Order: sequence, then C-alpha cells, then structure tokens
Amino acid sequence: MTAAPTSVEPRLLLSAPTRGDRIFRGILSGSASLTMVILALIGLYLLSGALPELRADGLSFFTSFRWTELGPFGIGAVLYWTVTIALISLTIALPVSISLALAITQYASARVAAVLTILIDLLAALPSLIFGIWGLIFLQPRLVPVSEWLSQHLGFIPIFNVHGTNFKSSAFIAGVVSSLMIMPIITSIAREVFSRSPQGEVEAAYALGATRWSVIKTVVLPFGRGGIVGGAMLGLGRALGETIVVVLIVSPTFLISPRILESGANSVAALIALRIGEAHGIAVNALMAAGLTLFLVTLLVNMIASAIVSRSRSGAGVEL
Amino acid sequence: MTLADATVTLSTDAAEGHTLSASGVHAWFGSHLVLEDINLVAEANTVTALIGPSGCGKSTFIRILNRTHELVPGAQMAGEVILNDEDIYGPSSRPTVVRRHIGMVFQKPNPFPAMTIAQNVLAGPKLNKIKVTDPDELVEVSLTRAGLWREVKDRLDKPGGSLSGGQQQRLCIARSLAVHPDVLLMDEPCSALDPTSTRRIEETIGELRDLITIVIVTHNMQQAERVADHVAFFLAEENEPGRIVEQGSTAKIFEDADDPRTSDYVHGVFG
Ligand SMILES: Nc1ncnc2c1ncn2[C@@H]1O[C@H](COP(=O)(O)OP(=O)(O)OP(=O)(O)O)[C@@H](O)[C@H]1O
Ligand SMILES: [Mg+2]
Repeated sequence: MTAAPTSVEPRLLLSAPTRGDRIFRGILSGSASLTMVILALIGLYLLSGALPELRADGLSFFTSFRWTELGPFGIGAVLYWTVTIALISLTIALPVSISLALAITQYASARVAAVLTILIDLLAALPSLIFGIWGLIFLQPRLVPVSEWLSQHLGFIPIFNVHGTNFKSSAFIAGVVSSLMIMPIITSIAREVFSRSPQGEVEAAYALGATRWSVIKTVVLPFGRGGIVGGAMLGLGRALGETIVVVLIVSPTFLISPRILESGANSVAALIALRIGEAHGIAVNALMAAGLTLFLVTLLVNMIASAIVSRSRSGAGVEL
Repeated sequence: MTLADATVTLSTDAAEGHTLSASGVHAWFGSHLVLEDINLVAEANTVTALIGPSGCGKSTFIRILNRTHELVPGAQMAGEVILNDEDIYGPSSRPTVVRRHIGMVFQKPNPFPAMTIAQNVLAGPKLNKIKVTDPDELVEVSLTRAGLWREVKDRLDKPGGSLSGGQQQRLCIARSLAVHPDVLLMDEPCSALDPTSTRRIEETIGELRDLITIVIVTHNMQQAERVADHVAFFLAEENEPGRIVEQGSTAKIFEDADDPRTSDYVHGVFG
C-alpha cells in the first residue's frame, strides 16, 4: 500500500470514558506501578546492602567456595547446589506433570478430570513448610534405601557415586521433596495448553486412523511445547527459591561435589535463612549479596517463563 | 482385508467398489436422542448426498459412519454400519482401522499447519506406521486425484497452512486419499470456500467416484444436484429426533419428491 497523496491526516480517535472506566483504569495502573515500585525498592535495597561485600570480595564472591565468620565469603558452591537441587526436582517433576496433564486432558472422564484438577490445585496451595515436614518425617527415611540402591547399581556414574555411608541429607532427597512442590504448577500450566489443542487437527488425525497416542504425539505435544517449557521454567524459578525444604533436609556444605546422593548440599535461600539471625558486620552484607543474586536469577527465570507461556497462549487461537 | 487388520495395502489402481450401509442407526448425546432409525445404503462408486435443515443430525450421522461420533464424551449410538459385509461396530473391529478405511473431510480445512504440503499428504501412513515404498509417487498421485497437484508441485516443502482455503481443503482431501480409503465422507466440504474452489472440489468428487464411495453433507441444493447420484433428506421436527423423510435418486428427489416437505426444502420454500 502506498501513502495517500492528499494531505489528509489520520484522525485522532477520542472517546469519553465512563466514570467506572476511569476508576477501574486508575486502580489498574496504580497497582501495576505499585508492583514495579516495590520490585525496584527491593532490588535497590538488596544492592545497597550487598555493595560493601561485593567491594570486599569482588567477583570471587560468586566463584569461590568458602564461608567464614567475618569473610572472605564465596557462594560458588551454594549457587551450584541451588541449581543442582532445582534441576533434580525439575527432572522428576516434569515427566510426572506432563503425564498427569495428558491423563487429565486426554484420557480421564470429565468427572475424574475435574477431581484431579481440584486435588492438584489444592496441592499447589499448600505451604512449603507442610511439604518440608512431610518430606523430613515420612519421605526421607523411605528415600534412603532408594539412594543406596542407586549408588550400588549405578555408582559407576559420577553423580550416583557416594563416599561414605551418609545418604540422609542429600541434594537428591531435597530435590525429590521440592519436586512435589513444583509439580502442581507445571501440571496446571501443561493442562491448560493441552486442553487448548486445536480440535480440527485432533479430529483430522483421528479420521486418518491415528491412535490416541499418535494424536498426542503429532498434535497435542507439539502444540503444547511452549506451555511445557514455560511451565518448567516457572517450576524451576520456584525450586530455585525454595528455602524450608532445603533447611529441613540437607546438611549445609560449602564444597562442590558431583555426588548428589551423598549428604551435604546447600541453597542460597537456606543459607540466608540459617545465618541471618546471628550474622553481624560484613556477614550481613554477604547474605544481602547472596539474596541479590537469588533475586536476579529468579527474576530472570520467571521473566523468560512468562514470556514463553504468554507466547504459546497467543498461538492458541491459530487453527489453520 | 478385515477391519481388525493392522495392515493395509496401498495399491494405486482402482479396486472393486465398496458399499457402505447403515441400518437402524440411532444416536444420543447423553440421554438426548438426536437420530432415530436411519437406514441408508451408499452404493459402491456412487455419491450420496445428505441434505436437510441445520441441527437435523447430518453431521452426527456421517460421524457415526466412521466411528468419530464416539470421540464426543457422552455420545452413544445404536444400529449397524456394514462395510464389505462387516459391521464396523462389531466386536472384532478396531476404530483406528475403521477410520483408515472410511476417510473424512471436515467443514473447516484442517491441514497440520506445522507440516509441509508433502508431509501433510503422508501424515496418514505415518500416523498408522505404514511403510510407503515410494513417498514421492504417493504424494503426486494423491494430490493429482485431489486436483491440487499442478498448483503445488513446485512448493511441496512449504507449510500446509500457506495455501488458500480452497487449496487447503483439497490438500485435506489428498491427505485422506493417501491412506487409500474405501469410502470418503465429506461434511460440508465447500461451505467455507468461494465458488471457484467449490467448482474445483466438485470436479474432484466427480473424478473420485470411479475410485471410491462418497457420502457428502451439503446445504447447497445445486451442489447436491450436480454431484450426487443418491440423495437423502433429513429432518428433525420440533422436539423430535432427526429422521430420513425421503431418499432416492437425485432426479427423483429434485423433480418428483413423494413427500411435500422434501420438495419444499429442495426448492427453498423452508429451511
Ligand atoms: N457435542 C454435542 N453435544 C450435545 N449435543 C450435540 C452435540 N453435537 C450435536 N448435538 C445436537 O445434535 C443434533 C444434531 O446435530 P448435528 O451437528 O448432527 O446437526 P447437522 O444436521 O449437522 O446441522 P448443521 O447443518 O448445522 O451442521 C442437534 O440438535 C445438536 O444440538
Ligand atoms: Mg453439521
């Protein structure tokens, strides 16, 4: 299209908003900017608290493995274990969540699907302390034999190797317990995208003689890929910030090791929760710096996640 | 060849025809009876048109003919549908095999948008894990039969969603033909298309008649008159299930209907 040769300008479209509209818009933009302000304030507060420590230790704060009374400090190992526990829980939660979401949307009868959905949403609403206590008292003793079995039979793989006989407070057990916490959120996002799979394509595949499973493989899963990735990232974000489960289950370490079945792990959130009470002087700044790191990492992961989820939503209407 | 058979032969030459006959068919959604005692024979190598006002159960009936009705939660049916002397609802028949023998083209073109044109045509064999010895030939033969080959032969690797609506619909026909069905069901295949594409698809139907048995639902009386050999008029009176009021040869239904409701409908007096 070429521009019109005349001097006509597009007209500015005005409309008189009703009073209700104006109030509503005011509330909306007010609360939206309030969120931004709070986020910025937290970030700035953490940054100012972290600066003395970051000046003292510099980049080695992120790369070294040490934590002494009054410095120097280094969260390298803590970050490593934070990510390791989050990845363990994601590895367990993702296949379970996808299977659950497929069962609900593709296999279950309407009534069973409704019941399962309510149960999973309830699970999502439970405070993580409940998961932590249950994990500590019920799951931990039952998972130790699993760890032993894994290390006996798969011990030649470095991550399943164990030095010594202490299996109780490992990254693996913490990962299993937090996988239960992130499973509901991943499941409900996957369920949502699966239930939007384009009906026309689903029927086309059935009419060609496809089995239920090939319909899932060719239509439902490819269509839901964005939602799965986004849901996994949201779960990852939650697992990265998980505090209480790690505090209750792992015994803290500041050393890196690939042996996830062995006692000894850590997480940034658990470190802060455990130490903030008796910390003083520069140690407080070091914990603030750790908090800032966690803040930035989870912010980033969640931003990527919501970008992916919203993109896969907008594709939901496309049914060619 | 039986309906429990897991394999299918992909011969490219015209086999002898296949008659599809429905008798005593009833349909329910939940406890709501929407079709009552439908008896219809689609003779081998003919085109049967199903006509009737909206909501009288044409789509429900055509979906019973290839066991897609049962995919709707709560949907039930009674009666028999016989293909090649076998009840497609018999205890030894498998819905997936039935659907491969009795293909379906939907009202809204529904190619797989993320697949190329060639992949769309080959989707049926792939979904059924059938080895195709010469995929290029199958693509060409199917697209030619669907009347689309000349328009797309130079862009087989473009996405199926990049075609016009009429071309997409013919791609869907080609995709159905690639599994070599005995019967092709079409539910208002032209209702979303312009007159030229509609004409093109009607020509395609005319050419396919020699190869397979066709059942088509249409709201377009001229189309029914142009393509069909046999016409069945469905009607659901108020608060009643749908029934076949009258069926017969196209000439009979359009020129000499026995029931006044039929002639009123086909001549546009109501509906
Ligand atoms: N999924 C469903 N659940 C409940 N009732 C349904 C469902 N699909 C169709 N019906 C009902 O079954 C009856 C027949 O519907 P059907 O779609 O077969 O009509 P149709 O003749 O194809 O109409 P149209 O010409 O508008 O496509 C209607 O009364 C409709 O309300
Ligand atoms: Mg219909």
